[in-house]
Amino acid sequence: MSQTHEDAIWARIKLARHPKRPTSQSIIPRVFDDFIELAGDRQFSDDKAFIVGIGSFEGTPVTIIAQEKGISTPERIKRNFGMPHPEGYRKALRAMRQAEKFHRPIIVFIDTPGAYPGIGAEERGQAQAIAYNLFEMSSIKTPIIAFVISEGGSGGALAIGVADKVYMLENSIYSILSPEGFASILFKDSTLAKKAAGLMKLTAEDLQSYHIIDGKIKEAPGGFHEDIEYTIGQIRTTIKKDLKRLCCQSSETILNNRYLKYRRIGAYKE
Amino acid sequence: MGTIIEKLKAQNQLKKVDSAPEIKPRDIPGGLFIACDKCHGAIYQKVLDDNLRVCPNCQHHFRLSAKERITVTLDENSFNEIDEGMTSLNPLEMPEYDEKLKKSSQLLNMNEAFVSGTGTIGSIPLAFGVLDPFFMMGSMGSVVGEKITRLVELSISEKLPLIIVAASGGARMQEGIYSLMQMAKTSAAIKRHSDKGLLYISVITDPTTGGVAASFASLGDILIAEPGALIGFAGPRVIKQTIQQDLPEGFQTSSFQLDHGQVDIVAKRAQIRPLLIKLLQLHGYGAHQ
Repeated sequence: MSQTHEDAIWARIKLARHPKRPTSQSIIPRVFDDFIELAGDRQFSDDKAFIVGIGSFEGTPVTIIAQEKGISTPERIKRNFGMPHPEGYRKALRAMRQAEKFHRPIIVFIDTPGAYPGIGAEERGQAQAIAYNLFEMSSIKTPIIAFVISEGGSGGALAIGVADKVYMLENSIYSILSPEGFASILFKDSTLAKKAAGLMKLTAEDLQSYHIIDGKIKEAPGGFHEDIEYTIGQIRTTIKKDLKRLCCQSSETILNNRYLKYRRIGAYKE
Repeated sequence: MGTIIEKLKAQNQLKKVDSAPEIKPRDIPGGLFIACDKCHGAIYQKVLDDNLRVCPNCQHHFRLSAKERITVTLDENSFNEIDEGMTSLNPLEMPEYDEKLKKSSQLLNMNEAFVSGTGTIGSIPLAFGVLDPFFMMGSMGSVVGEKITRLVELSISEKLPLIIVAASGGARMQEGIYSLMQMAKTSAAIKRHSDKGLLYISVITDPTTGGVAASFASLGDILIAEPGALIGFAGPRVIKQTIQQDLPEGFQTSSFQLDHGQVDIVAKRAQIRPLLIKLLQLHGYGAHQ
């Protein structure tokens, strides 16, 4: 892989992880009116790596499920750098069930390096929580639109990402694992993240060419943080267009299309 | 003829004994003795096979290949494999992936890490699939995901109960985002199966981690784990690096997962086949045949 290619990909990843890049808490009030945050999974705690709640999108009530990395250092610690525990996924699922009950579309913002690898997370069933979200999301009877806003890392991202429409911001990445984790597994050296990133095919253009995402949301030159309103406008237009189309479909049609969307993904021969 | 078969025959667990896949000796030249991975004691190969590849000294459960697992689980000669010829592509053009696949394929004489089909257990028809931990760590790429999904869909159309034996390091890194999406694909298929009121039992063996633990393997109506199996989302090395602390004794073993409510039953290998038959019967399968 050429040096220039690696450098170009790494520059994109730096933008995805830019300290000034807007996070969910900056996006939500700009896209929705009257946002009301709801806390907790009703079982263990309130995972601050997730912000979930109800809001209004141009007059339509919607449920919002967002991962949040935090902005300041103390806030990032509080939010565990956007790495959820099982209770975060269970909080998200609780909000999705509520959305289904009240026929509200669900808008998802994905922003995580991955689900947290820790003792408590394992004790409380991280694998089970993610698996169960994938299982349930495949049949939640309301439209789901998801945006990867900076990093979509592993099952920790997919666990809220089984959607009817999936978009990536121009300088976001979506992958099986963080480039560091990938390098650590494949090259036994996490410092080779740049080399790994060059191989992983994790950009919006790559995923769009594989038909794994539905589209790319443009950012201003220099990245999302250089002109937040520009990208917010793109996000709003996308939600508006998709809600208009999805909201007039029967839940049967939506679920069938959602199943087929994932059903067809695979590269094999026989 | 593998001695494991004779043992099962002696226990009257198999109906007929013919041309079953041979259990090959591993690790020690000559195959007479083998060192236990856990207690390091020397075990006579035949004794190990007689004991379903469980160490007679420390009860360590050796990993089984897909073929061995089929042999110790299903009725003899009942298994009809499907999708046997499906092979992986290299969609991300990852260096060395083609060679790795070829090497595993030649060494193990199989096309991919998942073997699926229909068969019977205690004369009860079922859809059955098993991951082979020796084929690229049983990792799930496009082929494994597609074969699982087809098995689940077959199980739905034939109204069959489904048993999948997991043994996997997780998603197949070389297929990147394609691997990740197999988690959603297989889980959605299992959801459809579940909505039809059909039974799915997941048997979790060493190791079951990452994207396999976080998808179909955790979605059984009943989860049965073999003793001592490593089960979890993140690998112990990653967790240790992240938290910079030593991990508690027995962390992420099947008994740890049982204590934390993450699996239903921990069952020794010899108990699994009779347990599966009993569970199928309790769900009304095989009652009127």
